[in-house]
Amino acid sequence: MSTATTDPAMIRLGRFLRDNPMIPLLVFLFLLIATLEVMRPGIVIPLRSGRDGLISTFWVGNLIKFAIPLAMLAACQVLTMLTAGIDLSVGVVATVSAFVCATLTTIWGVPAAAIVALATGIIVGAVNGIGVGIVRVHPLIMTLGTGLIATGCLQVYQRLFINAGSEIPEFLVWLGTGRTAGMPNGLFLFVPFALFVLWLMRYTGFGRLLFALGSNEQAAKLSGVRAWQVYIALYVLSGFIAALAGLLYLGMIRQTSLSLANPLLLPSVAAAVIGGTSIFGGRGSFAGAIVGALILRVLDTMLTLLQMPEGARTALFGLIVLAVTALYVRITGTR
Amino acid sequence: MSNFLRKNAWVIGLSILLALLLIVTKMIQPSFGASGLESVARAALPFAFATAGMAVVVIVGGIDLSVASIMAVCAVTAAFLMERMASVPALFIVLGAGLAMGLINGALIVLTRVPDIVVTLAMLFVWEGVALLILDSPGGKTAPWIQEIIRDGFLVDWLPKALILLSVCTALIWGPIRRSKLGLSIYATGSDERAAFRSGVFVGRTKIIAYGICGLFCALGGLSLAALTGIGEPVPGPYLMASVAAVVLGGVVLGGGKGGLIGPIIAVFILRIIRTILTLMAVDPNVTTIIEGTIMVAVVMLGTAATMRGAKT
Repeated sequence: MSTATTDPAMIRLGRFLRDNPMIPLLVFLFLLIATLEVMRPGIVIPLRSGRDGLISTFWVGNLIKFAIPLAMLAACQVLTMLTAGIDLSVGVVATVSAFVCATLTTIWGVPAAAIVALATGIIVGAVNGIGVGIVRVHPLIMTLGTGLIATGCLQVYQRLFINAGSEIPEFLVWLGTGRTAGMPNGLFLFVPFALFVLWLMRYTGFGRLLFALGSNEQAAKLSGVRAWQVYIALYVLSGFIAALAGLLYLGMIRQTSLSLANPLLLPSVAAAVIGGTSIFGGRGSFAGAIVGALILRVLDTMLTLLQMPEGARTALFGLIVLAVTALYVRITGTR
Repeated sequence: MSNFLRKNAWVIGLSILLALLLIVTKMIQPSFGASGLESVARAALPFAFATAGMAVVVIVGGIDLSVASIMAVCAVTAAFLMERMASVPALFIVLGAGLAMGLINGALIVLTRVPDIVVTLAMLFVWEGVALLILDSPGGKTAPWIQEIIRDGFLVDWLPKALILLSVCTALIWGPIRRSKLGLSIYATGSDERAAFRSGVFVGRTKIIAYGICGLFCALGGLSLAALTGIGEPVPGPYLMASVAAVVLGGVVLGGGKGGLIGPIIAVFILRIIRTILTLMAVDPNVTTIIEGTIMVAVVMLGTAATMRGAKT
């Protein structure tokens, strides 16, 4: 760091990057994609391996398709991290919502099943919100606990409903696996969703309340913010988003399982953190988290291409997440 | 005396709760005796070591999300090595490996200045991958004496060996540290990092050592896990959540600086005995998970409410 503190150009670069955190992220994403192209010529640019097209829409579509659920769960993390919280129940909530929807579709039909599935997310979110906002439990503990409870409930529920069989709604399959003009249909859900979250964070009073509570909770309370109401609304929203992501993921994977979306939990935290959201609150961007999700997916593809053993892949994934975050902290000088 | 009571009110309360729960167990199942106590102590062993490790890092003001993964690495290393070489050197290699993994965690946190939650989250993946590289499926074999050392009672039936082992290991590791300058530094760093730094505490070094201690406890947890099952299992168990819950229930404040190791370890036994009671009452194991989670959340809620009231008055 000694060079950075003595060299004015480095300071200026650091400040510039701190003001525009998206630039290093996008640069990193494109560097990764370039590396991928070097590793397996033609995967991104089919022209080079003698096929048509400058950019493979199939590959880009696939990348986006698998990044969407991750980015949606990362939205939960970004929103809760703004208030110095975290939502570790999202993986379980998404799983529960997918499972409930798949099993209830055969009995009640698609719309009712989807509504019940989304309601489960809202219920878990409300419990989280009450715990965090009114009883003031640390969000990490609260959401871990509700996640545990929800897993237990899911197992009991599965016992009761296993005979009914399961069915994946057509609409979700279309949304999860279908493509329009080469791009995944999931974008029909994700683009409005992303715009909504960006609008919520930047242009609404609610978004400003989140930033205010995260920057200085005491000051926000003294300014008349009813913190508990904000927390409950926030965690309910987070639970709802997680349930929605679960429905989408169900259509994508086309299988029900008791741990469907659980592996997405830690990557969702990683995506939010890579995207420049501070785990201590008050600073974060959803656009960054989307790029973070894309970066994680490209990394995933890369490690799969290298045909590494499962263990090495997992370990390398962790190291890369750590390296990216460390680099980011170094460049921007933020925490 | 009253000073002692006030200082240790939480631990004493926990002990009373544990005693009450043991009485309840005895009432539900009159035949619950030495063997029942022994099996509870044995099953609680990996949980207790994970919790002890977690407590140390929480006291220093951090959190280690990778405890379960470090335990998995240690368990597979133990099972892998003991199949191939003498068990005593293998034991020391495993302890060294645990310590090294903890020190690496701590060093990364201090050197990269990335928040500890993020670093240990990333390291959770790394250690999990390492465990899979050592053994890609459950296998290996632990030495018979390691399995013997935690089984049955010590001298009398009523004193499970597992409990003795736990007390001795914890006392040997934490006792001297707690009373030394290092222990003071750990508590100082946890309660106010900046103030500790200005008072001349080597904050970075203290943190690294605290994570190293956590790694050592995790190695013990991994060893007891391998001893319990007789093999090495590369997939991490549910120890992260359980250890955080037990740490909080045990009176260690998240954020650091307060609490000790005795409270969290008693809390582990409380959580395990509740599970035993539910099993004895023939509750569906899935419902048990729900009840356990609810109890965990409720306890943490009550604990938080109590500290808030304490802070106000």
